[in-house]
Amino acid sequence: MELKVVERSATAESRLTSAQSVEVQDKVRDHPCFSKDAHHHYARMHVAVAPACNIQCHYCNRKYDCANESRPGVVSELLTPELAVKKVLAVAAEIPQLSVLGIAGPGDPLANPERTFATFAELSEKAPDIRLCVSTNGLMLPAHVDQLCEHNIDHVTITINCIDPEIGARIYPWIFWHNRRIRGKKAAAILIEQQLKGLEMLAERGVLVKINSVLIPGVNDQHLAEVSRVVKQKGAFLHNIMPLIAEPEHGTFYGLMGQRTPTSQELNAVQQACANDMDIMSHCRQCRADAIGMLGQDRHAEFTLERIESLEIDHAAAMERRAQVRAEIERQRAAKRSRPQPPVLVSLDALTGAKPVPKSRPNDKHAAAPAVSLTKPGFKVAVASHDGQQVDQAFAEAQTFAIYQLDVAHAPRLLETRTVPAAGADLSAALAGVKDCGAVLCTRIGFDAWQQLEAAGIRPLSVQPGTSMRAALAQAQAETAAAITANLDALAPALSA
Amino acid sequence: MSYRITAACVNCWACEPLCPNEAVRAAKPHFVIEAARCNGCEGEFADPQCASICPIEGAILDPSGAPVNPPGSLTGIPPSAWSQVQQAIQAR
Ligand code: SF4
Ligand code: SF4
Ligand code: SF4
Repeated sequence: MELKVVERSATAESRLTSAQSVEVQDKVRDHPCFSKDAHHHYARMHVAVAPACNIQCHYCNRKYDCANESRPGVVSELLTPELAVKKVLAVAAEIPQLSVLGIAGPGDPLANPERTFATFAELSEKAPDIRLCVSTNGLMLPAHVDQLCEHNIDHVTITINCIDPEIGARIYPWIFWHNRRIRGKKAAAILIEQQLKGLEMLAERGVLVKINSVLIPGVNDQHLAEVSRVVKQKGAFLHNIMPLIAEPEHGTFYGLMGQRTPTSQELNAVQQACANDMDIMSHCRQCRADAIGMLGQDRHAEFTLERIESLEIDHAAAMERRAQVRAEIERQRAAKRSRPQPPVLVSLDALTGAKPVPKSRPNDKHAAAPAVSLTKPGFKVAVASHDGQQVDQAFAEAQTFAIYQLDVAHAPRLLETRTVPAAGADLSAALAGVKDCGAVLCTRIGFDAWQQLEAAGIRPLSVQPGTSMRAALAQAQAETAAAITANLDALAPALSA
Repeated sequence: MSYRITAACVNCWACEPLCPNEAVRAAKPHFVIEAARCNGCEGEFADPQCASICPIEGAILDPSGAPVNPPGSLTGIPPSAWSQVQQAIQAR
């Protein structure tokens, strides 16, 4: 009712956005990638089919995967569209919770339109129930919007670091456009124009668009609030700020030049200035471009090419099973929603540090009941913290860990403060130093360390630098409980089938 | 008349799909241009396509053996100005 009143008095442009936002909010609230609850129940995967890129970002070394989408220094196994489809179908047959497939690289999906669309076309045909997403630098987006919409496209992520070509020229030295290399401000102007046009075209067609920006101190830090305003006005449902990563050993221009990375205070300030309207997961962890699985879990190693080639799959039966599993997940989620809500472990206020978290929770029989027994006797978490207040260190450089006891039934308890050798200098010594812990909580974890931690049964968890330790621990506690519940609930029917 | 790829190539694939003559081939240790197929994009494009998208200075040589993208041409910073720019960036 209210909406209609707004519609009548509004201009054409704002009418479109307000009408859209209701629909968009509904979509996002329940989305496997953006809803905190749905995220635990559904699996996502990426395939690396798109190697080429058509621009240069100063924070990227093109020896490795697109820095917008991956942890630095990562190289994914490049797949042909044919193999990628096989792999997705194999995964979808074994992990029936799979609901979203992404193409994010290793370069730019739309700089490799043949490979990207060949993959999408075959998948739309063979597994029409799986939704597709792409992440792009946006240069070729307007040219491909219609083609994208022909497929089962669910959402698009565009990395937009600026809307001012002066600033763009300090981030992008050149682009490849209409068969020529274009440099400097002119290049940045074209890129920005295409990005914003692509955003508007997608929003008009009702496709969810998320914007990522890399915060580069002294370059776009003062400018991102303006970027945020403009992209939201043009229909983006989420603006996500990521800190620049620039190390000399990554061989990027910024790394070699000594461009500094943002402090946690700077990052917090910009994130707050660009805050999103909805309480949704804005920070998808910087996963590998070919990761597979549910939150915090990667089953990539199980799906080797040899194994995929040898699998005989009944696709119709697999799709049927996915439909059943999805229906079951939705039934459980609905049942959970209708139960009286337990007190929330992490309130939004707690995350922003506005209100203290209660020291102990009141007795509550409903609260995460199945998880309590599962996590008994709980586990230790090593928190990489310099000052004992904030999570402020990457795993590679952390030497001081606060060791907390975590279980679902009690508030986190500090056991000790421990000094270990920095993982960057001696990974195995660092691993030995935290081997009694069930999880490591830090700001960033390198690829090798990530793998080895997981292999040792230690959950790597990363949060935005500067997150208060209290909030991060509460979040880890809630996530662990939810993940355990979700994994068991969701996997049980699948495994027994 | 043929262009050539050097050991500086990082195997990024950018050039491969662009060649109008399918002269670029993925190979180990780095991509190669089949000399017999490459015509420098003559009659098709004003600029050689492979060298117009290649992100690595010095990775592609023109028929005379000179790098199409010499040092400083892609970063936009001539080698002589490197340390000056580095200082400016470090002051950010
Ligand atoms: S868009 Fe991605 S792959 Fe291309 S230069 Fe930028 S970070 Fe690298
Ligand atoms: S110069 Fe033109 S024809 Fe020769 S390899 Fe490069 S793209 Fe192909
Ligand atoms: S574009 Fe340059 S670096 Fe990339 S594969 Fe071709 S020659 Fe190698």
